[in-house]
Amino acid sequence: MTAVQQAQPNEGYESGAISTADKVKKFVARNGALLGLVVLCIILSIATPAFLTGPNILNVGIQAATVAILAFGQTFVIVAAGIDLSVGSVAAVSSMMVAYTGASMGLPVWLTIIVGLLTGAGFGALSGLANAFLKLPSFIATLAMMSVARGLTLVISDGRPVSTSGMVNFFGSTALGIPVPIVMMVIMGVLAAVILNFTSAGRSMYAVGGNMEASRLSGINVHKTQVMVFVLSGIFAAVAGLVIAGRLHSAQPQAATGYEMDAIASVVIGGASLSGGKGKVSGTFIGAILLAVIRNGLNILNVSSFWQQVVIGLVIAFAVSFDTLRRKEDAH
Amino acid sequence: MTQLSLVGVSKIFGSSKVVDRVSVTVEPGKVHVLLGENGAGKSTVIKMMSGIYQPDGGRIEIDGKEVRIPNVDAARRFGIAVIHQELNMVPELSIMENLFLGALPTKGGFVDRATMKRKAREALTLIGLNEDVSTPMGALGVARQQMVEIAKALMQDASILILDEPTAALTRKECEQLFSIMADLKAKGVGMVFISHHLDEIARVGDVVTVLRDGQYVGTVPASTPEAELVKLMVGRSIENQYPRVAGKPSKVMLKVDGLTRGDEINSVSFEVRAGEVVGLAGLVGAGRTEVIRAIFGADPYDSGNVTVDGKPVPKASIARTIVAGVGLVPEDRRDQGLILDASVAENLGLATMIPTSRMGFVDRNGQRKREKETASKLRIRMASIDQRTGALSGGNQQKAVFGKWSMAKVKVLLLDEPTRGVDVGARVEIYELINEVTAKGGAVLMASSDLPEVLGMSDRVLVMSNGHISGEMPANEATQEKVMALAVSHMQEAATPEINENKGEH
Repeated sequence: MTAVQQAQPNEGYESGAISTADKVKKFVARNGALLGLVVLCIILSIATPAFLTGPNILNVGIQAATVAILAFGQTFVIVAAGIDLSVGSVAAVSSMMVAYTGASMGLPVWLTIIVGLLTGAGFGALSGLANAFLKLPSFIATLAMMSVARGLTLVISDGRPVSTSGMVNFFGSTALGIPVPIVMMVIMGVLAAVILNFTSAGRSMYAVGGNMEASRLSGINVHKTQVMVFVLSGIFAAVAGLVIAGRLHSAQPQAATGYEMDAIASVVIGGASLSGGKGKVSGTFIGAILLAVIRNGLNILNVSSFWQQVVIGLVIAFAVSFDTLRRKEDAH
Repeated sequence: MTQLSLVGVSKIFGSSKVVDRVSVTVEPGKVHVLLGENGAGKSTVIKMMSGIYQPDGGRIEIDGKEVRIPNVDAARRFGIAVIHQELNMVPELSIMENLFLGALPTKGGFVDRATMKRKAREALTLIGLNEDVSTPMGALGVARQQMVEIAKALMQDASILILDEPTAALTRKECEQLFSIMADLKAKGVGMVFISHHLDEIARVGDVVTVLRDGQYVGTVPASTPEAELVKLMVGRSIENQYPRVAGKPSKVMLKVDGLTRGDEINSVSFEVRAGEVVGLAGLVGAGRTEVIRAIFGADPYDSGNVTVDGKPVPKASIARTIVAGVGLVPEDRRDQGLILDASVAENLGLATMIPTSRMGFVDRNGQRKREKETASKLRIRMASIDQRTGALSGGNQQKAVFGKWSMAKVKVLLLDEPTRGVDVGARVEIYELINEVTAKGGAVLMASSDLPEVLGMSDRVLVMSNGHISGEMPANEATQEKVMALAVSHMQEAATPEINENKGEH
């Protein structure tokens, strides 16, 4: 029965002094994925000497790169309260278009790369238009697109891999000692961060994801924003497709199958909310690296790939429930 | 029958004492009104009564014996039921299924539909609701849904009924129905806790009033206490002038609407609003006030007619161009239409100006930030910081943020739709002061409101709408409630029962 003599002014929820313990708690809660990543790296470094070596770290980076690039694109969509299930298939169809226009039509390589990027943008635009104007939920629109894009990849290639030329293969190579996929990941990450944080288009994505009607009534072009996020997601998928083709020196009809789930998981582990309005490129980056480190670590420790799937699933569930609990606390 | 007492209860969240030594006694057959502004602690008190929160101090007594109410189930066993503001119903299920939600009568593992139907009919008869029990809940209006909730509570033998703002979403006629049910329940000895923002309802249904302010117990007074006195207890100071309109001299025409028409909803509506003028738009619910305002703003299309702002025509159905022409809208539902609740105050303030002030697609972050801070302090938005989540602000301060958005955009014409809905008495006056500031600077204001005293008190000129038409116009000093109401029903001969809605409840 405590009887506090003095009434607290009831303004805002952050009244009162914040103790150091609270600050630490807050930091842990807000940077859960990052701390999880650090702890995991420490554990792996102790568990096996093979983890903390230069080549292995570059290896993790290369493994993370394609998923991270897809996830950066996915971040635009999720921030705007949508979801893009088609990114894996779009990556595949874009890279197949690059290889096909080069090998069968004999277009110059620079032009095939542009064709690839336009392919990604085009598929994204279709999903976006269906979402914005036909009012198809993005889950459905991109589920359909996932199947269409994969199917077209198989049609174009007749189900067989098509080899790619030197300039495309550069995207999968190592230049000046640095793997190009990692460079691409950094470039695309910075690009995504700049778009989301500094451009009116990016800020509109947060607004539309936070409250579509309030955004519309504030003069934001909601339809344009909805189409744009999918176009960007498509372009990022095409870039990921280039990296994948570059590493394999060919476009594979089954490339990037299932990658959309890793991309979505990265974004969500990174703290974005599937209901929109929240999400950061830095978070997505940590999410993608975390997934890659787990895979890499389990590989080094000789854990079977079957068990790896179980672990990845649990990590996603844990990370997101942690985040949900944090939000609940914050809302208080 | 049961008597429920809270004796000096307190509730602490983190470091703030949300409820501080409050005492309330709910007597059988009496209606106990809880009165206070938003954030005064009413909801917390209710939650302690219903087992959702545990008091951190003081005690709860039932019939004089100290008890603990650890959860909602326990409260139900004590006969305490809450009718929440947001109804706990599954709209897709039928009335009877909702009545028995979570406790379906079964026979051999299967749902016993016959028993369910019979018991559901009995429950509805109890409150005089004549509905087929297999009707889906969603097909009923809010008022009827609420009656079903009350029936459900009574079916579970509730002897203490807590009604959390039950009239907020009801029309006047529906309110009367509710009040007559409450009178019946009183006669049966059910004790009730009643929360409402409508002061006039207190004397109508209440017996005693407990006033809370900032979590503190202010006092318990008879429900017959004059309204002005209640406001004083609630706000802690007397509000001399509820409607502090400072009229200026109207100058040039800022907004001209000419022959605006859309289907049956908007019928050849024409009027002007001059700089320095507040024009009130009165009318019944469904008369077309919101429709006209949204059409002017470009939020909805219209068939024919013209909108001119400061002498220049505005293209129809383009919000962005209407804003550029100098028009802003404070929509009727700020939570769904006015604000991004999860975004910061800064972000909401800058929402309408973010794109127009951007250069080559890049947001003017420093400039916006500076202007957002200036606006927040100019409008005296009370917040922990400009980066605070907007949803954490009080209703009045949220509404100020919506005003601030348009203040930043330097609009010449401000369209207001229910500007003080869900805003406390004290904060309401501050909103009115903002309206005065807009017109003092040469802005024009068009204000639609269901709150007739507000329309009469804050407008310089009143337009009355009826069935999509403008049925009359008068200067505010000649307008009376009777005159306005007569005009409001003038085009309604063919329409169904005229229903006067004076809702100003919150969401």
